[in-house]
Amino acid sequence: MDVTLLLNALIAGLLLGGFYAAVTVGISIAFGILDIVNIAHPGFIILGAYIAYIVNQTFGVDPILIAVVVLPAFYALGALTYQVYYLSFEKYGQEALRGLAFFFGLLFVTEVALILAFGVDYRYVQADYIDRVFRFGQFAIPMRMLIPCVLSLLMVGLLHLYLSRTFTGRAIMAVSQDQTALRLMAVDPVRIKRIAFAIAIGTAALAGACLIIIQPIEPSVGREFIGRVFAICVLGGLQSLPGTVIAALSLGIIESLTTTYAGPSWAPAVAFGVLLLTLALRPAGLLGR
Amino acid sequence: MRTPVFFIVALLCGLAVFGAALWTANDYVFYAGYVVLHFIVLATAWNILGGYCGYVNFGSAAFFAMGAYSTIALHKLGTNVGRYFPEAIAPVAGLIMPLPVPVLILIGGCVAGLVGLGTGYLTLRLRGAFFAIATLALAVVLQTLVINWDFVGGARGAYVIAPQTLAIGGFELRYIHYLALIMIVLVVIALTVARLIERSRLGYGFASIRDDELAAEACGVPTLRLKLIATTISGALMGMAGAPFPYYINYLDPASAFNLSYGVNSIAMPMIGGTTSWIGPLVGAIIIATLQQWMTVTFSSEWGVLFAGALLIAFVILAPKGIVGHVQDFLRQRRQSRTGR
Repeated sequence: MDVTLLLNALIAGLLLGGFYAAVTVGISIAFGILDIVNIAHPGFIILGAYIAYIVNQTFGVDPILIAVVVLPAFYALGALTYQVYYLSFEKYGQEALRGLAFFFGLLFVTEVALILAFGVDYRYVQADYIDRVFRFGQFAIPMRMLIPCVLSLLMVGLLHLYLSRTFTGRAIMAVSQDQTALRLMAVDPVRIKRIAFAIAIGTAALAGACLIIIQPIEPSVGREFIGRVFAICVLGGLQSLPGTVIAALSLGIIESLTTTYAGPSWAPAVAFGVLLLTLALRPAGLLGR
Repeated sequence: MRTPVFFIVALLCGLAVFGAALWTANDYVFYAGYVVLHFIVLATAWNILGGYCGYVNFGSAAFFAMGAYSTIALHKLGTNVGRYFPEAIAPVAGLIMPLPVPVLILIGGCVAGLVGLGTGYLTLRLRGAFFAIATLALAVVLQTLVINWDFVGGARGAYVIAPQTLAIGGFELRYIHYLALIMIVLVVIALTVARLIERSRLGYGFASIRDDELAAEACGVPTLRLKLIATTISGALMGMAGAPFPYYINYLDPASAFNLSYGVNSIAMPMIGGTTSWIGPLVGAIIIATLQQWMTVTFSSEWGVLFAGALLIAFVILAPKGIVGHVQDFLRQRRQSRTGR
């Protein structure tokens, strides 16, 4: 076996896995902590990617900067989505069937609306670092993978600090454990959940910008991420952000090895295999309690 | 109404519709009608698991495509008997191949039913959300498998050329009429199965799972077994809806067989029609599929599926009981106000 090929595949997998962490962290918060099965999350990510694309094409602004600017808008969108979800489904205990159908509808409507607006052509952004590659001897580290990976890990790290150190962050962790106790502490669980869900959707803005830096996108790319994000989230043990990062890096490496040794057309099946194996063998995930 | 009586009455209604369509002497009616009919089967099948049991299946496209691709595989085997079978078996295989469409439907149903049983066995012991996610991912994975499976055409897709006419007992029948007739029978079977389940012990078991699974389990309802039965029946009916599809469309590629619009439509139609009885999916499918056919001709098929998605969101938020549920409520209120209560 060629060692250089293997090492290059491992590096590519690690970089890819770092990016997967950013894609998944929104699901880890919404699904893992708040128990909201937000399957529309990839739809929000694609929306973020398209916003980055439009502004980048029109004004030539850096996609990362665009993501930071639209972050508050995504936060507001998340708060609004949660409010609708809470008032229509969660309040009446209807989230199992109707709530799921609601998010599925959202995912689908986003995708079809983007197809109607932009067609199914692949879109990409321009920035001067995208084509650059670091070379160490025989190993190559493309900048278009490195920057999203570093940014993603930074974002997940900051979120982890926020959730474990600040009052609101701890309240978010508490809302998943005992809502009544939270009420006794004079904290409104609905408000806390709204904030947490809004943060989760906010991460989609940055994940979307990272996505379009890494690869050209079209509206239905998001679907491939559904299996991936839930596989990572479950493998990581649902509630734990460090678990999410470890699971994301593992899945990135497994996918990269599959792409290198079996061909890229097999990569989408990896996530599902991981998801099914995890659910069958260890539903609590790697770092689950 | 007894089940055999219902079956015959529904079959007669279906044949009356078929006769009316023949009377228009317009082929488009049959091509559009076939689509509406196969959506009725899909919606009814989804409702057996989703409406009765409360478990959401996002992967209708996967089960549908399983049926369609088992037909493609068998069709290819059947048209090249000499190439794929050993010499000793070839004459025997040549006698039964190519298989007639009703047999293909049965095989497609078995394949999809087994896929449903397998997925259910792995994920149904966990929370409902995991099953929903697994079905969504199942569509992606099966699509990957089909893309990498050259025998059924891989990513290029496969051609299945149907004959123009078919002779049954000395009677010449146009092929699209034949497919429409088969679909009508399939719709009647699906509706009868759904209605039968609804009024049997099985249906009450399903309803107890939907209302409170923990309480049902505590009362001795074998929840896992019932859920597996529902997943298998539902998956099998979806596969049966997909099996004749290659003969209708003549060219099928993975992207269109696994199209997400099947998933969305088969959820939207029961949700819009009403999920508690067999009438809901029927009403929802007829309304949505007919409107979609009109939109496909007038605007484009994208607008048609966007419409179904938007209507799904609107109905789950604003009218959670669906058309049938709200009409029933309205009638009950009127009856009560008339009797002066």
